[in-house]
Amino acid sequence: MLETFINLGLFVMLVATAVAITRMRRLFGVTMMASVFSLLSAMLFVTLDAVDVAFTEAAVGAGISTVLMLSTLTLTSRIEKPTTRSPLVPLVVTAITGAAIIYGTLDMPNFGDAHSPAQVGVAARYMAESPTDIDIPNVVTVVLASYRGFDTMGETAVVFTAGAGVLMLISGLRRRRRKGDDKKEETS
Amino acid sequence: MRHHLILRVVTKLLIGPIILFALYVQFHGDFSPGGGFQAGVIMAVAFILYGIVFGLEAVQHVFPSWLVHKLMALGVLIFAGTGVASLFLGYDFLDYGAFSPHHPSHGQHWGILAVEFGVLVTVTGVMVAIYYAFAMRRPAISDEEW
Repeated sequence: MLETFINLGLFVMLVATAVAITRMRRLFGVTMMASVFSLLSAMLFVTLDAVDVAFTEAAVGAGISTVLMLSTLTLTSRIEKPTTRSPLVPLVVTAITGAAIIYGTLDMPNFGDAHSPAQVGVAARYMAESPTDIDIPNVVTVVLASYRGFDTMGETAVVFTAGAGVLMLISGLRRRRRKGDDKKEETS
Repeated sequence: MRHHLILRVVTKLLIGPIILFALYVQFHGDFSPGGGFQAGVIMAVAFILYGIVFGLEAVQHVFPSWLVHKLMALGVLIFAGTGVASLFLGYDFLDYGAFSPHHPSHGQHWGILAVEFGVLVTVTGVMVAIYYAFAMRRPAISDEEW
């Protein structure tokens, strides 16, 4: 009963945040509201007992991405330009996409369903065997680093590739080659 | 932000605990929520906070850009190197049992510690590198306009 109220409250605040973001023109406020949105989602993950995911969402969504968006904001303008187009087409597209997503969730198993695909696969084996095989209490870490170590290596490579891509796009390897020039500029 | 005295003092007090918390999340990840990804982000936050409050030059004096770029790749190498090491010991790729053949679960502990450290290094490097890449550009908005 209490959980229903908490979930309801969190979802109402999520929707309110999303509406506030669409109605704001000041991009600083939008960034802050996006951070609030991430924090609220992190709380929702906690109520779903997904503490690891909640931790990541709070650290990455509410923490780092806010800082990165703010530093992007210093390079652009801080007020959103008013749009001249009619909002009808985006509204229709959003409504159709939203309806499709809701239609898709109708087939999903209930939360905590013992027969859902997530429970009947290898998860039961991981839960049963990790205490003797690996002897680490946090099964999430065990699955991430050991059973699915190859996946996590791919994720690390993705993070590296993303960072390398950003560096090539906006800081540029040219700048690093001309290190001597930069130093001269700084001292002069 | 030279004129924000309270901000500067609070930041100086906070940076130590932030790094300590990152290390806690990293090394306590076997027992509680967290691991390399989260710890890497928290570790990066410490440097980014220092950069925001004390300026880019100050933070790049502590954590130079060339080191950040090397760390990005080093983490992936540590992760993949763990796998290659287990290959050379005659086990499968990333089979951590290789590191302690008599106690496979001890080997798993060592292996998980190693790959999580690789993740920490890469994530910290990438986050700080992206921040540097943005912050090195000349800002279009002056400090007062906020």
